[in-house]
Amino acid sequence: MSDTHAQTVAFVRETMLPEQPPPASEAGVIKWMRENLFKGWFNSILTILSLYFIFKIVTGAYPWFANGIWTTSSLAECREILDGATGACFSVLTERWNQLLFGFTYPPEAYWRPTLAFVLLIVAIAPVLYPKAPRQMLFFTGIYPFLAYWLIWGGTLLTPLMVLLGFVAGYFAFKQFERQSFAMGLVAGVIAAIVVIWAGGVVPASMPDVLAIQAIPSRDLGGFMLNMILGTVCVSLSLPLGILLALGRQSSMPIIKWICVIFIEFIRGVPLITLLFVANVVLAYFFPPDANIDLVLRVIIMITMFSAAYIAEVIRGGLAALPRGQYEAADSLGLDYAQSMRLIILPQALKISIPGIVNVAVGLFKDTTLVSVISMFDLVGMIRGPILASTEWNGVYWELWGFAVFVFFIVCFSISKYSQWLERQLATDHR
Amino acid sequence: MKKLAILGAMTAAGLSAGVASAATLDDVKARGKLNCGVTTGLVGFAAPNANGEWEGFDVGVCRAVAAAVLGDPTAVEFVPTTGKTRFTALASGEIDMLARNTTWTFSRDVDLGFEFVGINYYDGQGFMVPKELGVSSAKELDGATVCIQTGTTTELNLADFFRANNISYEPVPIETNAEAQPLYLEGACDVYTTDASGLAATRAAFENPGDHVVLPEIISKEPLGPLVRHGDNQWGDIVRWSLNALIAAEELGVTSANVAEMSAAAGSNPEINRLLGTEGTLGEMLGLEADWAVKAISAGGNYGELFEKNIGENTPIGLARGLNAQWTEGGLLYSPPFR
Repeated sequence: MSDTHAQTVAFVRETMLPEQPPPASEAGVIKWMRENLFKGWFNSILTILSLYFIFKIVTGAYPWFANGIWTTSSLAECREILDGATGACFSVLTERWNQLLFGFTYPPEAYWRPTLAFVLLIVAIAPVLYPKAPRQMLFFTGIYPFLAYWLIWGGTLLTPLMVLLGFVAGYFAFKQFERQSFAMGLVAGVIAAIVVIWAGGVVPASMPDVLAIQAIPSRDLGGFMLNMILGTVCVSLSLPLGILLALGRQSSMPIIKWICVIFIEFIRGVPLITLLFVANVVLAYFFPPDANIDLVLRVIIMITMFSAAYIAEVIRGGLAALPRGQYEAADSLGLDYAQSMRLIILPQALKISIPGIVNVAVGLFKDTTLVSVISMFDLVGMIRGPILASTEWNGVYWELWGFAVFVFFIVCFSISKYSQWLERQLATDHR
Repeated sequence: MKKLAILGAMTAAGLSAGVASAATLDDVKARGKLNCGVTTGLVGFAAPNANGEWEGFDVGVCRAVAAAVLGDPTAVEFVPTTGKTRFTALASGEIDMLARNTTWTFSRDVDLGFEFVGINYYDGQGFMVPKELGVSSAKELDGATVCIQTGTTTELNLADFFRANNISYEPVPIETNAEAQPLYLEGACDVYTTDASGLAATRAAFENPGDHVVLPEIISKEPLGPLVRHGDNQWGDIVRWSLNALIAAEELGVTSANVAEMSAAAGSNPEINRLLGTEGTLGEMLGLEADWAVKAISAGGNYGELFEKNIGENTPIGLARGLNAQWTEGGLLYSPPFR
């Protein structure tokens, strides 16, 4: 050690002072509260008022939840047990749980099938939603729709298998002719698919018992399961349809352009509930009595058309937001129309459109409850019709509607959280 | 594949549609199931229970017809309909008959082209008000807000009643009975009006039924009954006489408990014998088996049994027979003779 200062300075501290904690008002919770809750008199008043209201709501609602009764078999029993005290009668949820989820005519011994289909749905959409999931899983995603159809509706496995075969044939035909031109490949693919599906239709008809599980008609679907089916099917169908419509609307070929414009403008000008009434009531007049076109199929077509028109407009916004230079750059690279769209334009346009598309998807999912108006028993239809009209549960409202709110909130909130995550993943600019 | 099959079926069926729609009985027999339109849910009249089986007074009529035609009271496909979809469902052939507490009116019978085959419940429109309102007659309801189901005859009756008495009201339109209850209880409307049977059922579900009164005025005739399409009289006859069989059975003292015994051999009462097919050929005339009425009665009992089980005084709904008693007991139920 140096002794330079040994004579000049009386004392030199040889160790560092330990760090002092900051003053209480400048650290931790207190600082956070000072900055966020009580900054100025105006904010302080607002905070106190909000706390008061939260307190009132919590203390008001708490006994209702805490006294909740879960095990009775009718509302009258609930009231008897509560004996005038505040309390919820959640027994309606436990007693009618399966009806709320699956509708009242779906055979109970087959409940495992839609449940399994739902679990597999999560597996199937994982590679689509998460880029990091193993790519091999996409194979399963391709099979999933056919598997799910078989699980939910039952019947012989050959029916969905033949349709799957048709799609595979279509894919190979497309690959064969794609070298000549994209449009040619598309036409060849569609023709091949239709031919194989049509010809293959004979097979399940002649062997209805091969690998068959109990067939369940569409009329027996219900409950939240119906909302999930309509929501997932319609969103996944309307997205590609919407992309095609958006591109068609920008096309320089007049006939395609006008077909797309008229379709989009017509659908956007009509309320969804009208389309559903058409699907349910008016179509029945056009078809002979025996031609019972599946009601769920009719509804899926209508909802898909409806949301496709909206998604098309959202994507058109994304396309319009791209600078003209992007189109020109694609052209100058010598890419044809299909390539430039697939490789350059759409990836950027879709990225811009994500919030809008998710908005439509969330709205669509909630709109599936409108089918209750045409006497289909989705979650809302189950509550409004059979459950509230039963002698046991006539008069239970808050519990049932609260449950519906809760279930829909979980799904819709997850969708919007996912889309925010996806936006962050795809953010390549530096803002 | 499915779509193509459907298209094919459409063309084939389109060609034969004109012929096929005439003989509903053959269609039902070929199908092995009766398509019966019911409500999406009305307490006591039709609602699925916790096991998903439909129960109720209207459901009982469907089951009786299915039993008479097919011999199996469970061979019914219940098609739920709303007030707005019921008539199109029947007219388009989606259902074979409608038993959905539907009021028999002139225009529905004549203009819409339906055939009401009888009356299974005599109802009338009434008013319910909170006791604290202090109203004792519907004529004191000037300026009241009224909860009313849209698309029903009650809506029209209400307008007629208030116009005839020269008083004003403000309608609060609602879709189903289930929606009306919370609205009424929360005070969104002062008065709830619907069929008196519906009012009784609604009131019975309240936490404090005593706080509400049903006003004495019944402002309309609401004869509720099953109906079928115009143009197939044989089918209309089958539904009509299945209902009459239930009513006559009560009058004649035939119940689900003793029907098997009484139909085993011809008894001393010739009308019972004809009804139960131990004498005469009534079943053959309808195109059914001789024991069609036996099956219909065994399905859920006679009219009185159905009434007591679903909406009678021992159920939470607690309706008295009133107008719906047999004509021998001062009611309006009067089945034409089985002869």
